[in-house]
Amino acid sequence: MNYIVSKPELKAVGTRPVRPDGVDKVTGRATFGADMVLPGMLWGKVKRSPHAHARIVSIDTSKAEKLPGVKSVITAADLPEIASEEAFVGEGPMNFRDLSRNCIARDKVLYEGHAIAAVAATSQAIADQALELIDVQYDVLPHVIDVEEAMEPDAPILHDDLFTANVEPTPTKPSNIAKRVYFAKGDIEAGFREAEVVVEGRYTTKPVHQGYLEPHACIVTVAADGQAQVYSSSQGHFMVRAYCAKLLGWDIANIRAVPLEIGGGFGGKTLIYLEPLALTMSKRAGRPVKMMMTREEVFRGTGPTSGAIVEVKIGAKRDGRIVAAKEILKYQAGAFPGSPVQPGCMCGFAMYDLPNVEVTGYDVVSNRPKVAAYRAPGAPISSYAVESALDDLARKLRMDPIALREKNGVRDGSKTHYGPTHQNIGFLQTLAAAKNSDHWKAPLKPGQGRGIACGFWFNIGGESSGAVHINEDGTAAVVSGSPDIGGSRASMALMAAEVLGIQVEKVRPIVGDTASIGFTHVTGGSRVTFATGMAVTQASERVVEQLKARAAQIWEIPPEAVDWRDGAAYPAGSNAGAFEPLSLGEIALRAAKTGGPISSEVSLNAQGAGPGFGVHICDVEVDSETGGVKIVRYTAVQDVGKAIHPSYVEGQIQGGAAQGIGWALNEEYIYNNKGQMENPGFLDYRCPVASDLPLIETIIVEVPNPRHPFGARGVGEVPIIPPMAAVGNAICDAIGIRMTDLPMAPPKVRAALDTQALPKAAE
Amino acid sequence: MSKHHISTTINGEPVEFLCEPQETLLDVLRNTLNLTGSKEGCASGDCGACSVICDGRLVCSCLMLGVEAEGHSIVTVEGIANGDELHPVQRKFLEHAALQCGFCTPGLIVASKALLDENLNPTEEEARYWLAGNLCRCTGYDKIIRAVMDAAAEMREEARAA
Repeated sequence: MNYIVSKPELKAVGTRPVRPDGVDKVTGRATFGADMVLPGMLWGKVKRSPHAHARIVSIDTSKAEKLPGVKSVITAADLPEIASEEAFVGEGPMNFRDLSRNCIARDKVLYEGHAIAAVAATSQAIADQALELIDVQYDVLPHVIDVEEAMEPDAPILHDDLFTANVEPTPTKPSNIAKRVYFAKGDIEAGFREAEVVVEGRYTTKPVHQGYLEPHACIVTVAADGQAQVYSSSQGHFMVRAYCAKLLGWDIANIRAVPLEIGGGFGGKTLIYLEPLALTMSKRAGRPVKMMMTREEVFRGTGPTSGAIVEVKIGAKRDGRIVAAKEILKYQAGAFPGSPVQPGCMCGFAMYDLPNVEVTGYDVVSNRPKVAAYRAPGAPISSYAVESALDDLARKLRMDPIALREKNGVRDGSKTHYGPTHQNIGFLQTLAAAKNSDHWKAPLKPGQGRGIACGFWFNIGGESSGAVHINEDGTAAVVSGSPDIGGSRASMALMAAEVLGIQVEKVRPIVGDTASIGFTHVTGGSRVTFATGMAVTQASERVVEQLKARAAQIWEIPPEAVDWRDGAAYPAGSNAGAFEPLSLGEIALRAAKTGGPISSEVSLNAQGAGPGFGVHICDVEVDSETGGVKIVRYTAVQDVGKAIHPSYVEGQIQGGAAQGIGWALNEEYIYNNKGQMENPGFLDYRCPVASDLPLIETIIVEVPNPRHPFGARGVGEVPIIPPMAAVGNAICDAIGIRMTDLPMAPPKVRAALDTQALPKAAE
Repeated sequence: MSKHHISTTINGEPVEFLCEPQETLLDVLRNTLNLTGSKEGCASGDCGACSVICDGRLVCSCLMLGVEAEGHSIVTVEGIANGDELHPVQRKFLEHAALQCGFCTPGLIVASKALLDENLNPTEEEARYWLAGNLCRCTGYDKIIRAVMDAAAEMREEARAA
């Protein structure tokens, strides 16, 4: 059923109830990854490489094993060697061999922080001591950190068996370039010949970490018969189960993965690090094993997203019509192939209807931690370059930057350069809302600058399961397989309450473990409200059909003669007979006598996720003495299809914008000349704090997605895409300098101001 | 290494525990006393997820040793509500949807309470600087600031009525 058309007056969807897991979270009762204990548990810890690139000559664990209290010491030799096999995790490619070697190094260490051995002991202190007793002999190799240096023919090679894919002729020499991506539309040379105005730029970005506040943690227990339980915080416990089974060679049926509360993920918890090590040690020791990373381990050993170099060139007619657009993207993948360069190649120009486009991307390995998905993987980097260049173009044409985008913006029927044709999109509506916003119309104070930038993300659907069980008193339990990372339990409860016609407070949503609910893909790709929401909605609809049938049975009339509204069964018309309505509670009470429990579970593979568009407006002040940039006003406009719980939609938008502002102004991985990260803590890796930011205004645009029962689109990823260019464009507006190197930290802005001042000083 | 015997007050109740001299108060709270509401996000005093109030002063429990709790009075997130009656800050966090993953929330609840214990009429800027030691990666702080300002307004109103 499609409620966009048939049910314009929604009662639950679109309201803002207190989230069902809220009280536990404000009182400290919620159980996150590191909060659980099991009787007799051991503490597991990981030994990590101090070198960026080295051959492992030998690992001697004998001293560690002899230390009293140590129950298990493992290296890669204790896990099966995994053959190359592609898996898909929802937000990017994944190869099981690489994943296995990322969890624990085999033959070579490929980055500082690469896991090399693990111990389980009766206390944390003994585990720490045991790590010190493991003797590893390394043959240190030359390393490479920078993406363009890694692409050089004489660069240190990370993988002898890695040959660049998708180039002609097929290479015979191994390379750090894992893959070339290429998209073309029209005739790019002819396009630039036609152009009357051309802008170009070269943009660099640094790797940034997802920065979830909760370090990775798990607690596992394996029985002598091989039955294993994994309790961990992840973006997908079915993913945890599948990956552990694959990496250990166990049957999936022997692993039950239980989701604990997850303290942030943003894509970074769509893969595993600790679980296979903990399971191996638990099996050996016959006791539960708990493992948690330190913050330093999170920075050194888990995925940031790529740093990159992006070159962009755009040609237009004097009226602002873009006739040619070219982009070259070089993305760091970290130690194993799999940067998000492909979506980067797709997203930068996806918002514009362009006749002639050429985009080339390179996926490049170097001696850094393997990248993991981070909110709209690949898109923010590409859009930083494209949206900055468009701002330059608007300045050159003396054209309003929103008008330039309206002139070239995609609408229904626009064909993208990577193939698909846009349908049911709301980009122009989002631009219009930005143009009509108070913020856009407000005057700037002297010295301030204003910038706008846009963002596009595909959003995905995929496999999800949802179940609805009617309780004996007419309340309901909703079970889904999607870990709740930002309030999705509230959304599931609202959609179920809407269909059932009862108050949302009467619906208790939970996240079921892998043995309690059907397979569900990771919480990623902005898919949960769309895909899992669809499963929960359909399960609720099937329950309503059962409720109608039960009422029909009680009334002894055909089920088709029963209507369901406001949580009760009504005779469909006077022909059906004159009966008092039967409430859900009354039907539930009689369930045993009318056929038994009333419940339904739906598993589906949701198609038709509607893409999302965002437009951000940013005002800044630049301190000419320090080079510090202060965001004084920020507004994020986004088409969300339908806001199921508007507060959490706003929250996603505000959170994404804040992460993007951090990416723009402060955050970066800093390396020394040995390839070691120098800022693996929150003091030196500077995430935005409350005093860095203003209130973030949100404007929700609702262009319904016809493929979702309530019209919802994914929300969470789009808002991290525009901020870097929005901030950069605002800085350019304030001081007349185009900043092309992220982060736009005070020293860089100050240096740019000094350079700008030079000619004046000479006069 | 012998353990130290510590007598302290936690959430208004007398508590005794044994701890190693190098154990932090956060370790003791989480691993010995099973008060896991205080979170470890960094163990270096940079994220505030482990915030507790010690004798009325906001501190990171990861930067305080367990033995230093001797003779002091500690309030953790578990002690902010009065039974099943939530503190206004907790209620306003829920009403304003000022949490997403909820991992930073205990620390922010404790830090916000400490702010309002000291200053019931903070400006937005004062609230932002007070809470600058508490990282939140999900919300962008917008709804947190709104919740704290709203809680302050409600508590001022209550104080006037009292």
